[in-house]
Amino acid sequence: MNEVVRPEAARPTPVSSGDARDRGGKAQPILTAENLRKYFPIHGGVLMRKIAVVKAVDDVSFMVLKGESLGIVGESGCGKSTLARLLMCLTPRDAGSLVFDGDPIGGTSGLSLRELRRYMQIVFQDSDASLNPRLTVEDSIAYGPRVHGMASAEARALARDLLQRVGLRPELFGMRYPHELSGGQKQRVNVARALALNPRLLILDEAVSALDKSVAAQVLNLLRSLKRSFNLTYLFISHDLDVVQYISDRVLVMYLGQIVEIGPAEAIYRRPMHPYTRALLNSRLALDPRDRVETAPLTGDPPNPINPPSGCRFRTRCPFAEPICAKAAPALAKWVDRASHVAACHMADRASGHSRAGAAPPPLARHVRPEAIVSG
Amino acid sequence: MWLYAARRILLAIPIAVGVTVICFGLVYLAPGDPVQTLLPPDASQADVAYLKQVYGFDKPVPVQYLKWLGRAVSGDLGTSIQTNRPVLLEVTRALSHTLIVSIGAVLVAFPLAIALGTLAAFHIGRGLDRVATGISVVGVSVPNYWLGIVLVIIFAVQLRALPATGMGPEGSDSFDVTRWSQLKYAVLPVITTATVPLGIIMRSTRAAVAEILSQDFVQTLNAKGLGRIAVLRHAVRNALPQMLAVMGLQFGYLVGGSILIETIFTWPGTGFLMSKAILTRDIPLLQGTMLVLALCFVAINLTVDLLQTTIDPRIKRG
Amino acid sequence: MTDASFPLSLPSGAEDRFAAAPRGYWHTVGRRLRYDYVTLFFLLVVGLIALAAILAPLVAPFDPNKTSMLYRLKPIGYRGFLLGTDELGRDMLSRLIWGGRMSLTMGLTPVAIATSIGGFLGVVAGFAGGWVNMLVMRTMDVFYAFPSVLLAVAISGTMGGGVANGLVALTLVFIPPLCRVSEAATTQIRTRDFVEAARASGASTLSIIFYHVLRNIMAPVFIYASSLISVSILLAAGLSFLGLGVEPPTADWGLMLSTLRQSIYVQPLICALPGVAIFIASLSFNLVSDGLRQAMDIRV
Repeated sequence: MNEVVRPEAARPTPVSSGDARDRGGKAQPILTAENLRKYFPIHGGVLMRKIAVVKAVDDVSFMVLKGESLGIVGESGCGKSTLARLLMCLTPRDAGSLVFDGDPIGGTSGLSLRELRRYMQIVFQDSDASLNPRLTVEDSIAYGPRVHGMASAEARALARDLLQRVGLRPELFGMRYPHELSGGQKQRVNVARALALNPRLLILDEAVSALDKSVAAQVLNLLRSLKRSFNLTYLFISHDLDVVQYISDRVLVMYLGQIVEIGPAEAIYRRPMHPYTRALLNSRLALDPRDRVETAPLTGDPPNPINPPSGCRFRTRCPFAEPICAKAAPALAKWVDRASHVAACHMADRASGHSRAGAAPPPLARHVRPEAIVSG
Repeated sequence: MWLYAARRILLAIPIAVGVTVICFGLVYLAPGDPVQTLLPPDASQADVAYLKQVYGFDKPVPVQYLKWLGRAVSGDLGTSIQTNRPVLLEVTRALSHTLIVSIGAVLVAFPLAIALGTLAAFHIGRGLDRVATGISVVGVSVPNYWLGIVLVIIFAVQLRALPATGMGPEGSDSFDVTRWSQLKYAVLPVITTATVPLGIIMRSTRAAVAEILSQDFVQTLNAKGLGRIAVLRHAVRNALPQMLAVMGLQFGYLVGGSILIETIFTWPGTGFLMSKAILTRDIPLLQGTMLVLALCFVAINLTVDLLQTTIDPRIKRG
Repeated sequence: MTDASFPLSLPSGAEDRFAAAPRGYWHTVGRRLRYDYVTLFFLLVVGLIALAAILAPLVAPFDPNKTSMLYRLKPIGYRGFLLGTDELGRDMLSRLIWGGRMSLTMGLTPVAIATSIGGFLGVVAGFAGGWVNMLVMRTMDVFYAFPSVLLAVAISGTMGGGVANGLVALTLVFIPPLCRVSEAATTQIRTRDFVEAARASGASTLSIIFYHVLRNIMAPVFIYASSLISVSILLAAGLSFLGLGVEPPTADWGLMLSTLRQSIYVQPLICALPGVAIFIASLSFNLVSDGLRQAMDIRV
């Protein structure tokens, strides 16, 4: 089940010109992140001084285009969740800038945090911890609009409407408490709550990772249909490659706090350029018992984010590492449009001095088979 | 680990300092002029002036505090107004008497509480557990001063088997625990004092052991066929760090909170000293006693803290 | 939404069959309590004590302060004095009922005030974090360094005794533990995702505290406070016993215990009675608070 067929292929849903809040038009990215950085201090010693830093997000830059679904993949500890919080401004960034549809976030002339909250929302991984156990589902959803000034009765009506749209009957579920719901239902409530503020960009941080596969599939389908009806742009973070492949138009791969590859989903999954992406894809298990992997494609644990290796951070686990990789860190080439496919690897850079520089990336070890259609 | 110990000790110092501040500040809570409370009512003008100068009451409060602290650190806690003896001497003497009862109560209550608590945890939900829980609830709710009176009524008044008050005719200076004629004076105070810790420790032991027993690895042990004894050993070893904290705290309360029981039995310990000091408004004695008791409490807690970490390195706080 | 081959929800009939009427939190608590006979029984006892205390003037058979040289230290049931008389000839039952008023007040008031102050400080410390948190909690630690009896006696003793000073002393004794519980609960709640989600909705800190945090910490704080009531009753009576609380001739259980002590060789039973009252009150509050804790500890 290494490939799914989707009727829409790589074409994202167009942003309707009727969206009154659209400022820059189709060509302007909805979100631009530049040189984002977040280091966490570590305290130790007798007086608990700062003795080291964890470089959770290190100089990350990318753009999210309007109407697309951008997937972010990486292993645990690569910084994806920290990145999500930085984008939502829930965690203050140490450096870098964020621009939403042409308006800078923060600063004196840009969007205030409060305004930003109406444009960007987030759904967290833990569906249970995301809901106040002492509030009914309806109250939880209605809270956001009320904070921004909506009248209580109106907010409740909105909450009920949203419940309906995420597939939960409001008469049945509105007055329930979170502990009376299943995981999938709770996550739908979280989606409804995020949509209550009518955002334009929705960040989903491992939103289906904690759910059973069948339930996850339902929620994913829900997300896809909501995207159309609400005119949303998605940023979908996950460690599950299959899920990201299913829902994303473009994919961004992270490793140890940095971006290593960006490109259209199909390109990434069929012809990955970066050795890390290749290894990740090779380590997916197939449903066919005959399709076995003999050697582990990726060995060891990721190195310590406190002291990453010099030069290219992946070189300690890379089968193609050469001396040049330790000396200079490869830069992510500038990508031009939604179809560009770039990687931060010396092999992709003709002028790097790597022996394989400029050559076609080696094929995936796995035999890619046409698979049964999972879903439409 | 020594790093952790050093840090804990370092943290205890500001607390100790805070304690001294409170003990010192008590004088100012007393209604009236602090100098008057420190002197007998018939003091002459010269005495008042002298005391003002010695204690530095003519100086600002922080300076007074530092002077008092300086004297306290070097062992001079002032002189008792009532007895005219140095406070430190009175307090240490009284403390030794309190410790007789406290340690006695520890010896009686702690092993019994641990045994009953463990037993209750093994039979949780069943008859034995309910009885044990009942005992512990009673132990926690009973006013121990009342219990003392009841025991006195039963054993001293009705049965005339044990003495009602005091430390015995031989006096308190040469109390010999090995002789019944003297030991019998300690019996009722010890039993009374033991009740509340019995209740509390039994409840904590039961909770701690029950929690361990409910964990998966105990099922593994049982599945492997290991007998009750092995499980018991395991449970106790894992519960010990938590238990240590509770026991240490209780011991601290026994030493520091003995005032009510000592009043009933006229046992000349630190608590009795304090109640005397309050009655006679002997502020230096009150301050000194409080200071010693509170610092003992801090020291006991610190010791328990460090002991806990040696036994179970997982418990590291802060 | 017709493209999904996995249905978004079960066909409409099925869900109705499985769905139960949604139940509120308090409803569930009440339901659990209904079968906890021990707690219910002691709740009744607490209610009776409270009722007797409130209706003292109506319920007490005699004037609690009326002394009589004739009827001193009479045994139980003597001539209409249902529980005998004390050393000054006053009816024990009436004094116990009136004493309940005093003891309950001294038991409940300090806890109530300390919950408000300590709870507030705890929330502030828990939410602010940083040096504010350190300042508040370290100050509480200093008070924690004293055993409660010692602190209560010392404070009320130096202030000169009396009811007001006793109340102040007890309140000061209870503020640190309540502050600690409140701070711990707040810190734990503050890091949970739904608080983050509330922040992500754009809510101000004040709104988050009042709408989200408070209703989540109320339960542990309330339960802890209720367990302190029995301690407060014991301590208050203890203070009166030492002569530091209520002053004679006011009826109060602790004071009665103290004044009757000299008479244990004459009427031992009567002398033990005030203590029985203290014991029953303390025990009842203890068991009720335990039962409440178990009932409220639903997986939320």
